[in-house]
Amino acid sequence: MKKKLISAYLLIVALLAAPLAFGQADLEINTPAITAIKESMKSQHQQLRSYYENGAIGQTRDGMVAVRDAKLVPLSDRQKLNSLVAAQNRDRSALYREIAVANGHPEWESEIRKTFAERWISKARPGWWVQDASGAWVQK
Amino acid sequence: MKKLIWLLPAAVLLPACVTINIYFPEAAAEKAADRIIDDIWQLKQEQQPANGKTAPTGE
Repeated sequence: MKKKLISAYLLIVALLAAPLAFGQADLEINTPAITAIKESMKSQHQQLRSYYENGAIGQTRDGMVAVRDAKLVPLSDRQKLNSLVAAQNRDRSALYREIAVANGHPEWESEIRKTFAERWISKARPGWWVQDASGAWVQK
Repeated sequence: MKKLIWLLPAAVLLPACVTINIYFPEAAAEKAADRIIDDIWQLKQEQQPANGKTAPTGE
């Protein structure tokens, strides 16, 4: 009887350890949906890059991109820039949602957005503009 | 009655198991974010020529 009880305990411990181990594994980011969003963002970046560099747009504290100073862009290019920013933000939102869904926790979306917001800002190149915690623009 | 003893550890441990799985994996998320951002902004390709050659001689 005692032996049976011990083996039951061991079984339970083993069952417990499995999700623990999975919990510490990497997040799933290689689904077709995530890869497609990434490719779209990569091609947008070719055009966004010069606007990051001249300070027309910057990284917001909520993991998005926003126009910071439209006057730095010729009037004729502003419409194009606005749609570029909108497309980038659509992809960023979709990316956060898809990562949460791909990992079986749609409710993680806002935490993933928060993590990304910190990482976009921290990885922004020198000279690019980012928002601080209060939402003010600062140049890196 | 004796069979009920089996349920006791399960009743205590299973909710704990569920709780652990629900925690947001902060470190894993950061790592995932870094990999995706490096890829989108192509940061790795940019930095490699500089890091790969000048860093070892500098130290």
